Amino acid sequence: MSSVKDWAAPTPISENRSGLIGKGVDRYEGRLKVTGSAPFAYEVEAPSPPAYGVLIASPIAKGLVASADISAAQAAPGVRLVWTPHNVPAQGERGAKINPRSQRGANPALAARIEHFGQHVGFVVADTLENAKAAAALVRFEYAAEPADLIFEDNFAKADQPEGEEDVRVGDFEAAFAGAPVRLDETYVSPLQNHAQMEPCATTAWWDGDNVTVHTSIQMVKGGQHTLAETLMIPSTQVRLLTRYIGGGFGGKGQSYDDLTLAALAARELGQPVKVAYTRQQMFQATIHRPAVHMRVRLGAQADGRLDAFALEAVTHCRREAPFTEHAANFARSLYAAPNRLTGHRLVKLDIPAAGAMRAPGEASGMLSLECAMDELAEQLGLDPIELRLRNEPDTDPETGKPFSTRQLVRCMTEGAQRFGWDRRNPKPGQVRDGRWLVGLGMAAAIRGNFLLPAKAGVRIDADGTITLRQGMTDIGTGTYTILAQITAETLGVPLAQVKVELGDSDFPPAPGSGGQFGAATAGSAAFAAGMNLRKALAELATGDPNSPLYGDDPELVTFGGGNIAVDNRAEPLERLVVRAAPEGVYVEGSITPAADARDYSQHTYGAHFAEVGVDPDTGEVRLRRMFGVFAAGRILNAKTAMSQITGGMIWGVGTALHEYNEVDPRYGSFIAQDLAGYHVPAHADIVDLSAMFLDEVDDKANPMGIKGVGELGIAGAGAAIANAVYNACGARIRDYPLTPEKVLAALP
Amino acid sequence: MKLQIEQPTHLVDISRLPLAEIEDTPEGGLRLGAMTTNSQVAADPRVRARYPVLAQAILSGASGQLRNKATTAGNLLQRTRCAYFYDTTKPCNKREPGAGCAAIGGIYANTAIFGASEACVATHPSDMAVALSALDAKIETESGAGEARVLAMDGFHRLPGDTPHIETELRPAEMITAVVLPPPPPGGQIYRKARERASYAFAIGSVAVAGGKVALGAVAHKPWRAEAAELALEQGASPAEAMAAELKGARPDGHNDFKLKLMTRLGAACLTTTGAGDDQ
Repeated sequence: MSSVKDWAAPTPISENRSGLIGKGVDRYEGRLKVTGSAPFAYEVEAPSPPAYGVLIASPIAKGLVASADISAAQAAPGVRLVWTPHNVPAQGERGAKINPRSQRGANPALAARIEHFGQHVGFVVADTLENAKAAAALVRFEYAAEPADLIFEDNFAKADQPEGEEDVRVGDFEAAFAGAPVRLDETYVSPLQNHAQMEPCATTAWWDGDNVTVHTSIQMVKGGQHTLAETLMIPSTQVRLLTRYIGGGFGGKGQSYDDLTLAALAARELGQPVKVAYTRQQMFQATIHRPAVHMRVRLGAQADGRLDAFALEAVTHCRREAPFTEHAANFARSLYAAPNRLTGHRLVKLDIPAAGAMRAPGEASGMLSLECAMDELAEQLGLDPIELRLRNEPDTDPETGKPFSTRQLVRCMTEGAQRFGWDRRNPKPGQVRDGRWLVGLGMAAAIRGNFLLPAKAGVRIDADGTITLRQGMTDIGTGTYTILAQITAETLGVPLAQVKVELGDSDFPPAPGSGGQFGAATAGSAAFAAGMNLRKALAELATGDPNSPLYGDDPELVTFGGGNIAVDNRAEPLERLVVRAAPEGVYVEGSITPAADARDYSQHTYGAHFAEVGVDPDTGEVRLRRMFGVFAAGRILNAKTAMSQITGGMIWGVGTALHEYNEVDPRYGSFIAQDLAGYHVPAHADIVDLSAMFLDEVDDKANPMGIKGVGELGIAGAGAAIANAVYNACGARIRDYPLTPEKVLAALP
Repeated sequence: MKLQIEQPTHLVDISRLPLAEIEDTPEGGLRLGAMTTNSQVAADPRVRARYPVLAQAILSGASGQLRNKATTAGNLLQRTRCAYFYDTTKPCNKREPGAGCAAIGGIYANTAIFGASEACVATHPSDMAVALSALDAKIETESGAGEARVLAMDGFHRLPGDTPHIETELRPAEMITAVVLPPPPPGGQIYRKARERASYAFAIGSVAVAGGKVALGAVAHKPWRAEAAELALEQGASPAEAMAAELKGARPDGHNDFKLKLMTRLGAACLTTTGAGDDQ
């Protein structure tokens, strides 16, 4: 196995001779998307005219489908099939074997047992979408409802330790907290949130003999392929899953849903392609969500601000049959020094849709607590919030004692403070006015783990010189196509225009997909390895070819640049070599596996957020005035797409602080907000002056390219900076997110 | 219709009727054709100069895309609704008279504090209509038989009572042809809207002031003309006293109590800004 020490050597990426690494090149697929010609899953043209499926949702939260009358629907115009729990085809048990972390239980689509409001109980396929919708309204169900646990706060008494987890203790927290001269003990609440991706879940499916082809919107290619194979009870080799373009995932599409299952089943039954898409309402009720979290923070400090005792205990919820823990306390294990520590989680099981991963699971909720608690403690101590953090900056990981791979949190804070004008902050709240607005500044730190998973990639060069990277990776709108093109072009010393990238196909060498901000490092490292292998293959081809000017040279001395392969001043274009010596093209694969000693380091990405808000004392409305973030996340591959990721995360943080929440109706178990008019994410008018910068960094313990993830770092801590700014503006400390006008107004004098 | 809440058997295309003009009236007001778009009205120089409260109200509503499509009459005739109205798995007396009201006992908070009934607690979502109420606009209609009527804005929308599915005084086969603005009243005008994000969100409370006239939004099944506040102002009350007089009649339900503080402050601020509460 490799060691992280192998990754410190110079590479074509670190040498960056063409300057493609870090350059803000335009999106590879940008033109297709802005011209509407990138086919998303529902728009993919099937080989023959498709039929259209519509899903019917349960209006009860728990119980059984007692009966279903499908006669009227079956007789409706254009209807091809009507399925309910009583006649849906048999499905294999799924999820548990292939994807043990799946938030989805092993229940089949259209199960008779209902486990949450909005679970699908019926499915109608017709010749048109309109006919299918009209017929779906004609299916008559009877239900045997059962009592359900629906409200998180009402079921705290049932909170349990998540299976297989222990609280993490270092030192003696209770004694140290009891003896600390300065103490804080507060509870912060983050709400249930929905992913609200632009593109709903959707599938186009068709069969060719015993083989099924599905185009679907999913973040993980292999997981989706294997799950569907299990459901259909066929080998995975008979399932080809494609997901070329994805209109947002955010963790919500880490797994497949009923659209995939039922489109494939119905296409088999009908011998005709079938398209199925979720409605906006079904996206809310029948996928996953970020659960609400209650977070108790206890801090015990010396008068100089040094923490003696630190605890963060989180209570959250999941669906009864689909265990998932929002690990809201984990980030804090590596953030601030304190000799006595306690972190842990408790879980309440409810009869509502499944909780699951959503952008920066853990950090996005968790940092809303500790990063406000630090602000509160700083005020108690009469310290600047940055100074308090500086006094608790650890030399090594505060829980494990492991060295940090890189850690530039202090520079993120100090650089950000200077650029933002933090010294203009009046530490006393409610002192600054601009017209009717009360104005305040706030900051918060950001931390998010960095990961590398096993992955493969394939790359080929054709006789015309075109280099094609193929990988079972996804681009969920983050820029994956683009950075893989940059890595491949830089590794092989060719212009970007010479590189093609093909993703989202289960026939391609597998990568784990998009999630956990591991995508660029994982897929990119495999692409880099494949590129290095192609260099090697071409070097051997050239030095062994009597017609090459490199004939007889040492392959180790071969260089690549400007589209040429060369030794010293002897060179030829790559396409000339390939067309002559390997006219059928050259294809190689490469792979990456985590280094054996990767876990010897505490490895994270870091940042600091700074926010200025206005609070309207008449209405309690909070408006962002400006926001700035400084981040350290390894080598940046693409200045433009990385900035989009980071600022996109910050914008979501603004929404987390001010706008986003959903609530469960205590009688029905349904969400109150079921569409994008009612579920508020920031609108353009909410985001005025928001920007970010990256510090120079290379993390040579992370992967061969020294890059890290940026997809989730931006949201971590962002909302806390806003909440701290609200407090500074008006003196209202609201620990229950989001800070809606109703809550702010209630807290104002 | 997309959610199958309304499933009409026939649709009548009125998009080519010649009702998209804004004309001066002999009295010194403006006639807004029924088919004028919200964007068109808000951008009209005469509206901006003489009825800033209306331009402000329209521009605070919906989104740019919606305002380009929405018309004056269409805006007035949008359904008074709440979150449960859209969810066809829940009872709603508007969708199905007599079915019951899921919002009562629910947790949706943007409900009425004035004039709610056992049958419906929804609030009228229009911003434009609140401004039209403060401006004492008139609504011109025509029936299928060619009969013309003029209705006062304040009487056009109904309180829910036990027939919340009937939201206006418009009769079957009658349509709005224009909204007529009287000459602008003396005194300041303002529209302010509180909402949960800066754009594309319904008001959780709004106030329109035009001269001494006051209308409130997001507090009732209809744009709420604040007659008690107007009377108090005439009698020399301060802005805060005037709003307190109006809100004496409010009946919050526990979920929407915040609207009392909100409307008191927002209303007083608007009255102070326009000088409506000054001794003159």
